[in-house]
Amino acid sequence: MSGKHSSSRRDEKNAEIVSTDNAVTSVKRRRRRKISPFTYVALGVMTFISAFPFYWMFVVASNGSDEISKIPPSLKPGTHFPQMMSAVYEAVPFNRSLLNTFMVAIIIAVSQVFFSSLAGFAFAKMEFPGKKWMLIFVVGTMMLPSQLGVIPMYMMMSKLNWIDNFKALIIPALVSAFGVFWMRQVIDAQIPNELLEAARIDGASVFRIYRSIIVPVVRSSAFVLGLFSFLATWNDFLWPLLVMNSPEKFTVQVAINQLQSSYVIDYALNMGGAFMATAPLLVLFIFVGKRLVAGVMDGAVKG
Amino acid sequence: MSAQAVPSKSRIKFKSSNAPIDKKPRKKIAPMRRQDRWGMLFVSPFFIVFLAFGLIPILFTTYVAFFNWDALGGAPEYIGFANFKELWSDTYFWQALRNTFSIWFISTVPQMTLALGIATLLANPNLRAKVFWRTVLLVPNITSVLAVAIVFQQLFGYDFGMINLAITWLGYHHIDWVGNQLASHIAIATMINWRWFGYNSLIFLASMQAIPRELYESASLDGANRWQQFRYVTIPQLRNTIIFMMIMGTIGGLQVFAEPMLYGGGMTGGDSRQFSTLTLYLFEQAFFNQRYGYGAVIGIAMTVIIIAISVLNYLIGRRIATDGTK
Repeated sequence: MSGKHSSSRRDEKNAEIVSTDNAVTSVKRRRRRKISPFTYVALGVMTFISAFPFYWMFVVASNGSDEISKIPPSLKPGTHFPQMMSAVYEAVPFNRSLLNTFMVAIIIAVSQVFFSSLAGFAFAKMEFPGKKWMLIFVVGTMMLPSQLGVIPMYMMMSKLNWIDNFKALIIPALVSAFGVFWMRQVIDAQIPNELLEAARIDGASVFRIYRSIIVPVVRSSAFVLGLFSFLATWNDFLWPLLVMNSPEKFTVQVAINQLQSSYVIDYALNMGGAFMATAPLLVLFIFVGKRLVAGVMDGAVKG
Repeated sequence: MSAQAVPSKSRIKFKSSNAPIDKKPRKKIAPMRRQDRWGMLFVSPFFIVFLAFGLIPILFTTYVAFFNWDALGGAPEYIGFANFKELWSDTYFWQALRNTFSIWFISTVPQMTLALGIATLLANPNLRAKVFWRTVLLVPNITSVLAVAIVFQQLFGYDFGMINLAITWLGYHHIDWVGNQLASHIAIATMINWRWFGYNSLIFLASMQAIPRELYESASLDGANRWQQFRYVTIPQLRNTIIFMMIMGTIGGLQVFAEPMLYGGGMTGGDSRQFSTLTLYLFEQAFFNQRYGYGAVIGIAMTVIIIAISVLNYLIGRRIATDGTK
């Protein structure tokens, strides 16, 4: 409906421009209204570029290790993918690493959502001593490179005996400055103070307000935050590589990396591993992609 | 949910129309005070994690930097500014710095340009299958760095990589995408570009949609063509977004680590350190050579550089954007 509306408005403009301006401009106007095929070609190329690496992972992996040095290379999937999968299973405990990653990522996502929404609620709607400087501090440290504290973090993990323990992955990530800031912005923008005051006058406790007002309103933003945390944990590579040593405690990324180091580079095996590590996320993305897009775009306008 | 919202909405109207504006904040403070404890309780889990795993490690880095701190044991030895002095005359550090800037530049400029272009295409209100294009754009971003590195390593392979095959098919000579310094930077920047161009397009798109349509309408009534509209309406309106993205791009770009490490050079970033970066060098010193103190100094140097560039970015960005409005 809005599209029709704006195009009719533009027709009026076109009429004016045609009458006042030269012919070249009027051709340009008309092209914009109808959308030039160039736009779709460009977007098609963009789609191809986005999707090709996934396709290529599968093609190389399914053609097997011997086919890799063929010229010209096969551009179609082969039949060796099951063999590739069992090669990956032989080299690393892949299912175990999948389970590890899933558990860690779920715990972190849930805890991020819970603690970030609580702290975000407090930062957005409550007064307490030190609130202002805490917030400035939190935003300030978000700007610092995350690698700055990595050496002391590692030293701390050794001191606590958390090396090769899932605690080293989970506890530092339970709640993050990003999550708190995100939820603060959302709660600040979506929940009017008057609503909270009314609830308070009606005698609702703080927890009641959190459960019955905050949670229902910010549910979808919180879900997106949980997704972001889940994806970030799933894809994190450096920290798990540093702190997890025994194969049965590897995350997916570390396990896939292991394929690279335990053999002379076998591209087909590596690509098989990469595909297997990425496929679960692609499946997840089919269901939540739209909401992630909305989350990214909402965040952009607020930020 | 809606059942709750409706009565409370009517109450808001009632309250806000009756209460004098200057009385409102005073009224708010009184009931809030009772909640001091709740606010602090709600923030405390975050604050504990933040202190223990965010702030304290950062502060401790500064402390470690003044020591000869060997991971393999032995008491840390205070050595004053010796680590800083060593860094100043460390050619590996300067090489890593140059590489980092080179990769950052090759990845930021095309990425921003491409993202702006794609966002402009997607901002067209008559476009079909909008949601599809947007969703496709985000797919590279959910892929792990490791998977990206594995694929691109193969694509940029010397003998059988698709890219070199295409180059030879066109009649040119193979390019050594690993050994050649500039070529390796381009390959690494390509991975970064691929992973982030869609995400950045979405950010630009969101900001473009927030631009009031009237601005374009009056611009076209004044006879501005599409390019002029883009240059004199879109760009100045996107000012804050561009500054923000340039700063975030700098923070991320100067920390680039996983891509060069996984590109096959290991901790040294290639045989002749041709794609060693600052963070990679930090990890090499701290976790490969076990020199925590020296690694900490690299981290501090990196932070200083990032802050300096961010401030510079901010000033330049403001300048560019305000020029556009003239």
